[in-house]
Amino acid sequence: MSLDVFLQNVANSITLGSLYALIAIGYTMVYGIIRLINFAHADLLMVAAYIAFYGILVFTLPWYVSFAIAIVLTTLLGVSIERVAYRPLRSAPRISVLISAIGVSFLLENLGIVALGARPKPFPRPDDLVWNIQIGNISFLSLTIIIPVVTIILLVMVTYMVKKTKMGIAMRAVSRDFETSSLMAVDVNKVIGATFAVGSALAAVGGIMWSMQYPQVDPLMGMFPGLKCFIAAVMGGIGSIPGAMIGGFVLGICEVMLVGFMPELSGYRDAFAFVVLILILLFRPGGILGENVVEKV
Amino acid sequence: MDRHAKLKFILTLVVVLLTFGALYIFQNTMNSFYVRVLNLAAIYAILALSLNLILGFTGMFSLGHAGFMCIGSYVAAILTMSPASKEIIYFMEPIHPLLANVEWPILPAILLGGLVAAFFGFLIGFPALRLRDDYLAIATLGFAEIIRIIVTNLIPITNGALGLKNIPSVDSMFVYWGFAIITIIVLMRIINSSWGHAFKAIRDNEIAAQAMGVNIFKHKLMSFTIGAFFAGIAGALMAFLITSIDPTMYRFTFTFQILLIVVLGGMGSLTGSVIASIIFAIAMEWLRFVEQPMNLFGLAIPGIPGMRMVIFSITLLLVILFYRQGLLGTREINWEWILNRLGIKNSLKVKRGEAN
Repeated sequence: MSLDVFLQNVANSITLGSLYALIAIGYTMVYGIIRLINFAHADLLMVAAYIAFYGILVFTLPWYVSFAIAIVLTTLLGVSIERVAYRPLRSAPRISVLISAIGVSFLLENLGIVALGARPKPFPRPDDLVWNIQIGNISFLSLTIIIPVVTIILLVMVTYMVKKTKMGIAMRAVSRDFETSSLMAVDVNKVIGATFAVGSALAAVGGIMWSMQYPQVDPLMGMFPGLKCFIAAVMGGIGSIPGAMIGGFVLGICEVMLVGFMPELSGYRDAFAFVVLILILLFRPGGILGENVVEKV
Repeated sequence: MDRHAKLKFILTLVVVLLTFGALYIFQNTMNSFYVRVLNLAAIYAILALSLNLILGFTGMFSLGHAGFMCIGSYVAAILTMSPASKEIIYFMEPIHPLLANVEWPILPAILLGGLVAAFFGFLIGFPALRLRDDYLAIATLGFAEIIRIIVTNLIPITNGALGLKNIPSVDSMFVYWGFAIITIIVLMRIINSSWGHAFKAIRDNEIAAQAMGVNIFKHKLMSFTIGAFFAGIAGALMAFLITSIDPTMYRFTFTFQILLIVVLGGMGSLTGSVIASIIFAIAMEWLRFVEQPMNLFGLAIPGIPGMRMVIFSITLLLVILFYRQGLLGTREINWEWILNRLGIKNSLKVKRGEAN
């Protein structure tokens, strides 16, 4: 592999890693607080991408307006999913909530197919955001810089919120102990709602940037990124925000490098993440930054 | 065998014979479309029963069923296809010479499909079953996807993404329903054996079961392997029913459909799963009308492809939100229940004071 190709791969892997990291945070926050794999999180990517797509193409809005609308609507959708499908099951067995999450995800995907058609559509890249950068022999899109920068800004914001604000402290308290925190006058439902709002907004940003980077939208586009980002969250240690970030970057870099160094394995690219997941679960179930929790009676 | 058990045995025999009689009549009088739908119902029933064993009776949230089915389908299909059609179909890369001239009869191929799936279930279960709940769900889902991706890439054996065509077709209801009935009987026996009690103990409280001396890992692995075996059988039957398969069929969305059937019928009820499978298969065909253009009160409504799955996902949500126990909950429609209804008490249990 020549140096140019290698650098190209490095650029790609950082972009992919940032996208994974961004989406993984939503998973990790929701899992941290209500111990649920939010399968619908993956489909929020798709919803955001489609809203942005329709905003730009059909309503001919400027890209920033349609992106903003996409983020707001997706956030509302995420919060209402929690309200309708997860909250009534708060005291139910975990399997029921998980099935409910699968049901929501299944519903969003199929609604997407019904309302938007199963055929992939090209996503319009706004000219203000996407241009070519040429350095020596390497050429890359401006997105290669924009995506990691946006990711890092959002990460700093989320970390600040979780560490310093009142809501963030409440979130951490609820994720430790539901009942005690409600005794301490924390409105548990409100905190969970806020967690879903933040997670969904991040998913929306992730979805929009994903569809700019790989300019195509289809109703099932969220499925694989969603699973992989969950894997990234588990890798980093579920419930931990820096963990999700590290997991996302590690997974993105490994995936691109695997295909870069061993092109004959490119067919197995999607399997790679699952292999990593299974190895992590078996040998270090707490993830890179997580702590191992022994179940008590 | 006391009188009560003898009565139940005779009743079971009568019902099985009656079922075969009914199958014979259906086979000869109904048009092939209905026969096909009912055969599909039998396959769904096997799948739902085996998932119910894992999920409803042992309490392991496994989402790997599509993967085991995929193995069963491919094993059975590759073993039974004629060498001539193999030569035509594998045009990207010739088939592996070991498999090129194999042409097995249907039945051993189905059984081997099940056994290979069970073997993989065993292999996967070994590491995966140390996990619990949602971690287990995502790990088994991952394994199923890995299986699918390997099948897509192993071109000399599976013909890759193009899939297999010209698989010998079987349209006898006896085969499909025969396997379904065997599955029901075997699983009923397992559920009522000491294994079954151990499974249910693990489902209800793992730690308590362990304290009572149940070997958790062994029983979990057993339940998982048996489940995988029947999923493989169902996969093989599926290959013979639709005669052309490709890896995209076995995505995890297929597992979700089976999950819907299990939830609908009641997690922990075998008869519930069977009833729900029949309802699902028929509803799936009946609901085709929503995807066709129709004329409602002079209003032309264009067909909406995919609408059926929307209806099913809404059903899944409604059931899990408002009617979590499903059709039957953990109850069974069995002889005990029917005889109780009819007022024939089990003399042995009355003596022991167990009759309810």
